[in-house]
Amino acid sequence: MMSSLIKKIGGGLVMAMISLFAHAEHQINFPAPVTEIGRQVYDLHIITMWIIVGIAVVVYGAMFWSLLKHRKSVGYKPATFSHSTALEIIWTTIPFIILIAMAYPATKSVIAMKDTSNADMTVKVTGYQWKWEYDYQQDGFKFMSVLSTPRDQIEGKEAKGADYLLEVDNPMVVPVNKKVRVLLTANDVIHAWWMPEFGVKQDAIPGFIRDTWFKVEKPGTYRGQCAELCGKDHGFMPIVVVAKEQADYDKWVAEQKAKAAAAADTGKDRSKEELVAAGEKIYAANCAGCHQPHGEGMPPVFPALAGSKIVNGPAAGQIDIVMNGKPGTAMPAFAKQMSDGDVAAVITFTRNSWGNKAGDVVQASEIKASRK
Amino acid sequence: MEHGHDHHPSGIMRWVTTTNHKDIGSLYLWFSLCMFFFAGTLALGIRLELFQPGMQFMQPQTFNQLTTLHGLIMVFGAIMPAFVGFANWQIPLMIGAPDMALPRLNNWSFWLLPVAATLLVTSFFVPGGPIAGGWTLYPPLYMQNGISGDMTIFAVHILGMSSILGSINIIVTIMNMRAPGMTYMKMPLFVWTWFITAYLLIAVMPVLAGAVTMMLTDRHFDTHFFDASGGGDPVMFQHIFWFFGHPEVYIMILPAFGIVSSIIPTFARKPLFGYTSMVYATASIAILSMVVWAHHMYTVGMPVTAQLYFMYATMLIAVPTGVKVFNWLATMWQGAMTFETPMLFSIGFVALFTLGGFTGIVLAMVPVDVQLQDSYYVVAHFHYVLVSGSLFTLFAGAYYWLPKWTGHMYDEKLGKLHFWLSMIGFNLTFFPQHFLGLAGMPRRIPDYALQFADFNRMSSIGAFIFGTTQLIFVYVVIKCIRGGAPAGDKPWEGADTLEWTVPSPAPYHTFETPPVVK
Amino acid sequence: MSTAKSNKVLVFKLGLAVFVMLGFSYALIPLYKSACDAGWLEVNRIDENNPYANVNHNVNTSNTQVDKSRWVTVEFVATANDKMPWKFEAQEKSVKIHPGEMTNVLYNVVNPTGKEMTGMAVPSYSPALAATYFQKVECFCFTQQKLGPHESRGMPVVFVVTPDLPKDVSTISLSYTFFEVKPKSAS
Repeated sequence: MMSSLIKKIGGGLVMAMISLFAHAEHQINFPAPVTEIGRQVYDLHIITMWIIVGIAVVVYGAMFWSLLKHRKSVGYKPATFSHSTALEIIWTTIPFIILIAMAYPATKSVIAMKDTSNADMTVKVTGYQWKWEYDYQQDGFKFMSVLSTPRDQIEGKEAKGADYLLEVDNPMVVPVNKKVRVLLTANDVIHAWWMPEFGVKQDAIPGFIRDTWFKVEKPGTYRGQCAELCGKDHGFMPIVVVAKEQADYDKWVAEQKAKAAAAADTGKDRSKEELVAAGEKIYAANCAGCHQPHGEGMPPVFPALAGSKIVNGPAAGQIDIVMNGKPGTAMPAFAKQMSDGDVAAVITFTRNSWGNKAGDVVQASEIKASRK
Repeated sequence: MEHGHDHHPSGIMRWVTTTNHKDIGSLYLWFSLCMFFFAGTLALGIRLELFQPGMQFMQPQTFNQLTTLHGLIMVFGAIMPAFVGFANWQIPLMIGAPDMALPRLNNWSFWLLPVAATLLVTSFFVPGGPIAGGWTLYPPLYMQNGISGDMTIFAVHILGMSSILGSINIIVTIMNMRAPGMTYMKMPLFVWTWFITAYLLIAVMPVLAGAVTMMLTDRHFDTHFFDASGGGDPVMFQHIFWFFGHPEVYIMILPAFGIVSSIIPTFARKPLFGYTSMVYATASIAILSMVVWAHHMYTVGMPVTAQLYFMYATMLIAVPTGVKVFNWLATMWQGAMTFETPMLFSIGFVALFTLGGFTGIVLAMVPVDVQLQDSYYVVAHFHYVLVSGSLFTLFAGAYYWLPKWTGHMYDEKLGKLHFWLSMIGFNLTFFPQHFLGLAGMPRRIPDYALQFADFNRMSSIGAFIFGTTQLIFVYVVIKCIRGGAPAGDKPWEGADTLEWTVPSPAPYHTFETPPVVK
Repeated sequence: MSTAKSNKVLVFKLGLAVFVMLGFSYALIPLYKSACDAGWLEVNRIDENNPYANVNHNVNTSNTQVDKSRWVTVEFVATANDKMPWKFEAQEKSVKIHPGEMTNVLYNVVNPTGKEMTGMAVPSYSPALAATYFQKVECFCFTQQKLGPHESRGMPVVFVVTPDLPKDVSTISLSYTFFEVKPKSAS
C-alpha cells in the first residue's frame, strides 16, 4: 500500500516535470466562444484584465519602488506625513470612475444574456443525480444523457481516452444559427448546466424552472460539466452538445422520433443472453456508481446486490424497487427514466451475475404489466 | 479586577477555569492551530486525489466529505478563533484595560469551541461519514446527509453561540474599559477593526443559526422552508445563508486589516497613513458587506434588475478596499523599512490580497461570473483573500507579538524561511487554479478531464510544499516559548502602542492601574 | 460600581440585538416571498395565503381589453417528481393566444398505483417575470389533489395573460411539478 503510494507520487512528480517543460502551450483563458454571448463575455474579461493590469502596474510599481528605495539598510530617513486629503480624494474617485466604465458594457451583456424571447426552439433539460435528461417537447421525444467513460479508465485500469469524463452516450443535438431556449429544472437536488464555449451557466432547481438560451454559430461538438455540487458523482455528469446544420439536425430528429416509437413497443421476448448483455451496459451507466461494478455496493449507504435477498428473491420485489425507488434512501425510481426493455434487461443481468442464483429472466412485458 | 491576585489554580485546572484574558487568548490560539493542521491535512487529501486524473486514493463521496469539512473547519475552527485569540490577548493590552469586561463569559465562549470541534471531528466515525454537501450546506443536497447532518447543525449552533458571546465581550470591553484619555479615534486600528467585526458577528451569526435551525426542522419536524414539495424554496436558503456568508468573509478579513495596520507603521518607522479614512473605510466595507450577498448566486436565475443591483453594489466595495491598500502603500512610502518576519508576511499580504481583490472585481461582473461561478477561478480567488489575506496576517501577528507573549525573540532565520516557502508554495498552489477555472474546470470535483492535468499537478505539488512548510511555524513557536534572546519591553523600534509599555513576557495581570493616554 | 452596571446594560442591549437578528432570519422568509412577488428576486408565487397557488382571486376578466395586435405563445411543461409515480402531462404542449384572452387548458393526471395518493403541483414560470402578468382564474394547483387507485383525471387551468405584458415577452412557459404529499404532512 505504502510503496504503491510512493510509486504513484514519485511517478507523478517525474511526469509533472516532464510535462511542464514539454507542453509549450496551456489553456490559460476562456475556450474560444461560439456564441454571441460567449464572445461578449470573452471580450469583457479581456477588457477587465487589461484595466487590472494597468492598475497592477501602478500599485505594484509604487510598492516595489518603495521596497527598494525606502529601506533603513540604505540609510533612508523616514518621513513623518500621516495624511493628505487631496491624495485620499483622488484615490477614492479614480477607482470609482474606472468601475463605472467597467459596469457599462457589463450591464449591456447582462440584459442580452437574460433575453430568452423569440426563441426558435425550446428544449427542457432536467438534472438528475447524476445525469441529464433532454426533452424535445415540441417533437415528442426525450432521452437520458449519461457519462460514457468506462469505469476502468477512471480507476486507471486502462488508458484514458481523449475526451475522458467529457463524453456521454446520448448528446444533446441542436441546429446551428437557431436560438435555442433551454428550460431547466431538476429532479432531486440543485444542479447547474454549464457550457463554457456558449458562455452559458444556469442552475437547475427542483420544483422550479429557469431558462437560458444560446445560438451556436459553428457546427461541432461542445463539452461542459455540471457546475453545482450535487452529491457523490457530481464530477461525473458531463454535458455534451452537438451542433449540426439544419438538414442534419432534421435527420437526427426523425431518427429520434422513430426510436421513441420503437421503444414504446415492448416487442417480443428476448433470450437470457441478450438480456444479460444489454443489462450489463445499462448497469454500468446507471447503477454501478452506487452499487459498484461488481455489485458489492458500499454498505451501509449503498447496499450490495451480490448475494442480496431482494435480488435473489421473487422478481416482483426487485421490479418494485427498481421502478418506484426506495423512499428515504438514495435509490431513485427508474420507472420514468428507463424503458420497459432496459429495466427488464438490467434486472435480468443483476439476477444472473456475481454469484446471484435467481436464474430467471424478466421480460419487458412484465415491466409493462407492473406499470398498470 | 474582581479576582484576587496570584492564587489561580495550576495544571490543567488553570486552563479549564481561567478567566484571564491572556490565558484564554492562548487557548484560542492553540485551538485554532490544531484545527488549522486538521483541516490542512484534509486539504492535502484533496490535492493528493487531484494530483493526477483518475480516482486513485478515495471514493468520490470521501472526496466531497474532505472538501466540505476542510472549508467548514478552516472557517469556523481555524481562522475565526485565531482572530478571537488575538483579540483576547491584544485588545485589553492595546486599550490599557486590566482584562476583558466579562471574564467568566470569556471562559465559556472558549470552552464551547472544543465541544463543537468534537462534534465535527467525530462525525468522521458515524455511519455514512461526515457531511458531504459543501461548507455552504445547500439544501436539498444537505437533506441527503445522515446523522452527521444533525451533528453539523448543532456544531454550527455552538460555534455561533461562541462567536456571539465573544463579540459581546469585545464590544463591552472596547466601550467600557478604555484607559482614561483613550478616545475612540485614538484606538489602535486593530481595536477598531475588531470593534466593527464584533458588530458584524452579532448581526449575522444569529441569521446563520436561524437558517440551520430551519434546516433541522425541515429534516425532522416536517416543516418545508426549503422544500419545493411543501411550498418552500431551496433558493431561499441560499439567500439567507449568503446574508450571513458574505459578511462572514469580512469577519475573517477586517481583523487582518487591523493587524497589518499595526505592523506596517512599526517596520516603516512612520505613522499609519490616513488613520481616519482607514476607520471609515472599515466601517463602509462592513455596511456594504451586508447588502451584496446575492453575488454568490448569479446563476440561480434572478431577474435582470436584481443581478444589476448586486453587481453595482459589489463593485462598490472595491472603492473602500482600494483606499486601504493605497493607505498601506502610502505608509510604506518614504519610510525607513526593515524586513523582519512580521513585515514580510504583511507585505506578502498587501501584494497577494490585492491580487485577490482584482479577481474579485472580475467575479463581480455578472456576465464573466456566470462563466466562472463554481469554477476553480473562484477557488483561487477566495484562497487569495483567505490564505494570503487572513492566514498570512495571522502569521504576521503571531511573529509580531510572540516576543511580548513569551518574553523571547523568535528565530528570525526560520521565520523568514517560513515566509518564503509559504509564499512559493501558496502561489504555486493557487495561481494555476485561475487558469483551470478559465479553461472550464468546475470546483468540488474529485476527477477531471485530461486538459486540466498539468496545472492540477502543479497545484498539488505547491500544496504539499505549503502544507509541510507550516511545521516550521510550530517549531518556531515552541522554540520561542522555551527560550531565546530576551525581548525587552519594546523589541520593535517603531512600535508605539500601549502593549509595548508593559514588560515582556506580559505579566499575568497588567494595567491594574489604568495608564493615562495623552 | 458604575462600570459593572453599564456593562450589564450593554450586554442586555447586545443580547437583544442577537435575538432581533434571529427573528430577522425567520422574517426573511415572508420578506423573500414579497420580494419575489414584486419581481425583485424571482417570481414564483403570488398568493401569500396559499403558498401553492399563483392566483389572484380578484382577477376581473369581464372588462379586460384583449390585445389583438400581438400573439403570445404559452408553453405547458409538466414534470412529475421522481418519487411521485403519477403520470402527468399537458394535453396541449403549447397554445397561441392574445393577451387579455381567457384560455382554458387541460392537464392529464393518472395515478397508476393501486393505492389512494395525494399530490400537490408546484407552479413555476419562465421568464420569471411573466408570473406577474399570468393570472389564473382556476387551477388544480390551488389545492392538493387526491386520486384513487388507477384513477385518471383531466385537470383544468383557466388563465389570462394581462395585456400589460411587456412587449418583448413572446413566449411564456408555465411549469408544474407534481410532488407527493405524504399523509403525515397532510394531517
